[in-house]
Amino acid sequence: MLDDILNAIPHGVMILDTSLLVRSINSRLQEMTGYSAREARGIGAEFILRSSIGAGSSLAAKVLENGEMICRNGTLLNRRRISQWVQFTLSRVNSIDGVTQDCPGLVLVVEKAEGADPGGGGRSSATLVGHSPQMLDVFERMAILARTDASVLITGETGSGKDRIAEELHEASARSGRAFIKVNCGALPEALLESELFGHRRGAFTGAVKDHAGMFRLADHGTLFLTEIGDLSLPLQVKLLSVLDDSCFYPVGSSTSVTVDVRLIAATHRDLRREVAEGRFREDLFFRLNVLQLRVPPLRDRAGDVRLLLDHFLRRSVRLNHSRVEGFDTEAIRRLVGYRWPGNVRELRNTVEYGVNMCRGTRIGCGDLPDYLFESLDVRTDGVSSGPRPELPLPPPATPATGWAELEQQRILKALQQAGGRRGRAAELLGMGRTTLWRKIKDYNLE
Amino acid sequence: MKLLIPTCGNHVAPRFDNATEVLIATCYDRQLLEEPRFILLANPSAEGLCDMILKEQVKCVVCCGIEEEHYRFLKWKKITVIDSVIGRWKPALDLAVGGELSAGDILRV
Repeated sequence: MLDDILNAIPHGVMILDTSLLVRSINSRLQEMTGYSAREARGIGAEFILRSSIGAGSSLAAKVLENGEMICRNGTLLNRRRISQWVQFTLSRVNSIDGVTQDCPGLVLVVEKAEGADPGGGGRSSATLVGHSPQMLDVFERMAILARTDASVLITGETGSGKDRIAEELHEASARSGRAFIKVNCGALPEALLESELFGHRRGAFTGAVKDHAGMFRLADHGTLFLTEIGDLSLPLQVKLLSVLDDSCFYPVGSSTSVTVDVRLIAATHRDLRREVAEGRFREDLFFRLNVLQLRVPPLRDRAGDVRLLLDHFLRRSVRLNHSRVEGFDTEAIRRLVGYRWPGNVRELRNTVEYGVNMCRGTRIGCGDLPDYLFESLDVRTDGVSSGPRPELPLPPPATPATGWAELEQQRILKALQQAGGRRGRAAELLGMGRTTLWRKIKDYNLE
Repeated sequence: MKLLIPTCGNHVAPRFDNATEVLIATCYDRQLLEEPRFILLANPSAEGLCDMILKEQVKCVVCCGIEEEHYRFLKWKKITVIDSVIGRWKPALDLAVGGELSAGDILRV
C-alpha cells in the first residue's frame, strides 16, 4: 500500500529509519539511482544516493533531532556514473510505515533541479535558484530563448532576477564568448545616455575631448542588455528602434554610419502595454522588443522557492562572512516563509545577510531579522499566519507599507503621536538618537 | 600490485570525488604484503586522487560512486576500476586481493 503511494509520486522518494538505512525507495528514485528497492533496502542512504552535499548523515541526524525540514541542492551520482543536479528535501516523520506510531524516520524527496545552485560548490553564483513550477517554466523558456537570436523582453517586479536571467540567456546563447554589455536606461540623463549607447565623435559637444565607441559598438557580435527600458526617453526610443531595424546608427556628431551585429535583451519592471497606452512608450518599439517575452514571477507566487532561497543565501552569506550560523529557528522560518517579499529575491538576499550579520548564536531568530518584516501588514495569509513579533505591539490597521522608507515614516509618525509631539521621547521610543530623528523628520518632510 | 580504496570511516567512501581518506595496500599472489596504509587528503578532489593514483602506481581502484569522466581516465591509464562497491572496506579489500570482487557488489554485514 505504502509502496503504491510512493510510486505514484512523480519525484524520487526514499524512506529511512533512524539509523539512516533505506526502508523504502520509490520507482522514480530507483530509476534515478540505478538501484532496485530490494538492493537498496537496509543500505545506508548515502551509498545509494552518492550525493555531493557531503556530510549527508550529519544533516539527516540534525533533521531527526530537531524535526526541521532541510532543503539542499547538489548532485546525485547514479550507478551508471552519471551525475545529475537534484534538490534533496529531508523531513522527519513519526511513522515510517504509515501504520506504527512512534516509529520515527526520515522522508527524503529527490527532485530534479534545473539551474539550481549546488551550494556545496560547483556552478558559480551566476545561476538562478528556483524549483517552483513557475520558475521551471521560466527555465524551460530560457532554454528556448537562448537558442534564438531575436530580441527578448524580460518583465517582472523589481528584484525578481531579470538581470540574472539576461546574463544566463547570454551565457547559454551562441554569443556567449562575446561581450555582454549592460546599460541601465534609468540611471543616466537622456543626453548622456545617447552618447553612452551610440558613442560620440571628438568635439561633438562640450567635454567630448575624444572619440567614444558607445555600448552598441562594444557589444558588437555580443549581447546588449538594456535594463529599465521603460525609462528610456521618447527621442532615444526612436533611435533605438532604427538601430534594431537597420542594425546601423550614427554616433553623436558623426556623419558616418556604424553597422553592428548585436542581440538586444531589454528588461523593465513597468507594464509596457500601459506605458504605450499612456503615450510614454512607443508602440512600434514595444512590438519590436516584444518579439519574445519572458515574465519573471514575483517571489510571492513562487511556491516553495522562499525556503530554497533562504537556504541558498544563508549558505552563501555564511561562507562570505565566515560566520558560524547554521540556520534559522522555527519561528523565524515561519515568519520568513509567510512574508510577502515585495522586494522579491533581492530583499530576501539582503534580509538573510542582515540576519547572518546580526545573529550572535548559531541560529537566526526573529530578533536577528529586520523589524519591518514583522511590522509590515503586507504578509501572506494563506495557511501561514504571520502576525507581529510577540514583543512588539500590534501594528495599526493602516494602509500596507510598500517599502522601508514608507514604513519608517509611519513608525516616526506613530512615535511622535505617542510622545505627544515631544521629539526626545519619540526618539527614545524609536530607539534612535534625537539628532537622527530630527534628520529623518527633515528627510521625510514630516515637519 | 597496488590497490587503492577511497574510504569513509569503516566503509568504502560513497563518492570517489568526495573522499578525504584513502587506503593503499600492496598485494602479491592474492595476499597482502603489508598492513594497508591510510592517507588523509587535504581536501576532496577527484583530480587530486587521480594524480595520486598515477604517482603511487596503483593498478586497481575499488570505489563506490565515480563519475564517468574519472572512470574513463583511469581505464585509459590501464588501471582496473571496480566501482559501485557498497560495504565496509575490510571485506572489500579481502575480496579484491583474492580477485573475487566485482563492480556493483553490495557487501552486506
